[in-house]
Amino acid sequence: MQLFINGIGICGPGLAGWEQACEVFLAIRPYCQEDLSQPAPTFLPPNELRRSSEVVKWSLQVAHEALQHNHVSAHDITTVFTTSGGESAILQQLCLALATTERVISPTLFHHSVHNAAAGYWSIGIESHQPSVSLSCYDSSFGGGLIEAGTYICVNSWPVLLVAYDLPPPPPLYTARPLAAPFATALLFSSQQFSHSLAQLSIQLVQGTGKETRMAEASLEILRKGNPAARALPLLSAIAKGKKTQVSMSYLDDNQLLIDVTPCQPCQN
Amino acid sequence: MGPLFLTKFTAVTALGHGLEAQYLALCERRSGLHPSNFENIDFDMAIGRVKDVETVTLPTDLEVFDCRNNQLALLGLQQDGFQEAVMAARARYGPHRVAVLIGTSTSGILETERAYRQQDLETGALPENFCSRYRYTHNTFSVGHFVRSYLRLTGPAMVVSTACSSSAKVFASASRWITAGFCDAAVVGGVDSLCLTTLCGFSALDLVSKEPCRPCAVDRDGLSIGEAAGFALLEKENETSNQGGVALLGYGESCDAHHMSHPHPMGTGAILAMQGALRSANLQASVIDYIQLHGTATKANDRVEDKAVSEVFGSEVPCSSTKGWTGHTLGAAGAVGSILASLCLTHGLIPGTVNTHIVDPEFSSFVILENQRQQVRTILSNFFGFGGNNCCLIFGSV
Repeated sequence: MQLFINGIGICGPGLAGWEQACEVFLAIRPYCQEDLSQPAPTFLPPNELRRSSEVVKWSLQVAHEALQHNHVSAHDITTVFTTSGGESAILQQLCLALATTERVISPTLFHHSVHNAAAGYWSIGIESHQPSVSLSCYDSSFGGGLIEAGTYICVNSWPVLLVAYDLPPPPPLYTARPLAAPFATALLFSSQQFSHSLAQLSIQLVQGTGKETRMAEASLEILRKGNPAARALPLLSAIAKGKKTQVSMSYLDDNQLLIDVTPCQPCQN
Repeated sequence: MGPLFLTKFTAVTALGHGLEAQYLALCERRSGLHPSNFENIDFDMAIGRVKDVETVTLPTDLEVFDCRNNQLALLGLQQDGFQEAVMAARARYGPHRVAVLIGTSTSGILETERAYRQQDLETGALPENFCSRYRYTHNTFSVGHFVRSYLRLTGPAMVVSTACSSSAKVFASASRWITAGFCDAAVVGGVDSLCLTTLCGFSALDLVSKEPCRPCAVDRDGLSIGEAAGFALLEKENETSNQGGVALLGYGESCDAHHMSHPHPMGTGAILAMQGALRSANLQASVIDYIQLHGTATKANDRVEDKAVSEVFGSEVPCSSTKGWTGHTLGAAGAVGSILASLCLTHGLIPGTVNTHIVDPEFSSFVILENQRQQVRTILSNFFGFGGNNCCLIFGSV
């Protein structure tokens, strides 16, 4: 399965946007995990932005960033949203209300609790009728999203935006799912190469476990292991470095995704 | 797309366990919706509860997955020789070449609801036995993980959660995965179990009827929530089929881009999904024999779907909703709808909308109320979810 990456969005501690992340990956800038981003996607109308959850803000921020400097219209892009736990903070609010004798829950919270809330906000925000899927594969959610995005492109040749995100749930749910830090990333894929394409990926699914590509920097490695969306970090770092390499990623405990990354040379189209 | 065969399929719903129970209830026009008896719910509503879910015991080595949603999944896998058919496919293709794609909306959230009732009053902590099992019960991937583990498959897997279109979209994704060569066969399905989140949530939105739901009726006043598990084994070849040739012929997906919980007033997303499915199946609208409506029985949903269906199909094609039998099974609706549609194809049945006496006179589409016996070659099924997520599937007899 082969595809091209044409744009990247990223948001995490010390990684506020692709430009800053590249400097961190290339060791031009020291990694500072204390720098916390507060995303506020500007394309959402203010009242929608106010109503939307943190999860929606994080995911749409990176989705929007990945589309910058691209010629393809946001209306024409199929989306794959992947997240292990989705709107975990809202689900906790609902469960707290349901534990009372009144069991009264907010209708707005209820429809904002769906796993595809971010995808719904995205399609509304950019007015796109294109297909959209929201999925989960627990810790392998990024790899699962990559397969789903890749197979969309294989079959339809449409541009696909993959958005991966997870936020640590608030306590006490945090104990059940102790994620290290919030993280979101988005990758814009196409079946053909453009002049601004960043890299070509060739993805294979192989049986069995093997060595995963890790982050050399210790704090980034903690982030990689501590958030399902941050499993993307070695791939993002490889793209930033612009050298041909292979990234290996564990998938569902008993499989691996082997991703050959080839940097794109500027081309004529 | 080329046809993708449903070489085995099954379902458990409020109508009973397995295909025969579903088919008999369709023929006898017997609804599975009854007044609530779940988790001490104290407001009036009819629900589609599956019998004996609580008595299902998970295998010892998979006990960690124990929750209502996975009990329901297991009950489904054990009907109609489904798991045996998967084992045969596993032997034929290899366990790594059979994928698992399941749709759910709320997964095992009932376990989490119960955990919050047992919060430590001083520290606020949740029970340890809940926290250690969250991954296997409530997490969205739980049911996919369980089904894959139970069937001893090692191929690619995911859980799709796009509210009420979830388990329709797994058919579309499975088709792409097989076409792209990621697997040779796929276990697709939908599993959604009763929980307070949806019972109280839809009530809070004022979308639940006090009576068993009446889709497309002039006096419809909301949906009835049901639970269900439905599964199908999808393969490119049909050599092993013993269920009389049903295939997925096409699919269409779209977004409304309008509102999180209200449908697009003009049905724009629904129209795009139906047109996409026809294009994908390479079929003209005129060859569709029956349209299985999403038909949830809420005022707005049915009105908009009618508008969309008549825009694409005019008013000649018989339409009905099966929600009056099973209730709206949310994340399982796609799988349940697909399996009921498959039964209609194999038995030559067009089910008339049950519970409904007078069709809304404003409707332009051809909503039927009585069962019809005739050859049915192609069925188009609609599934629409919160977040404006739409999926339309076309099934055919082959």
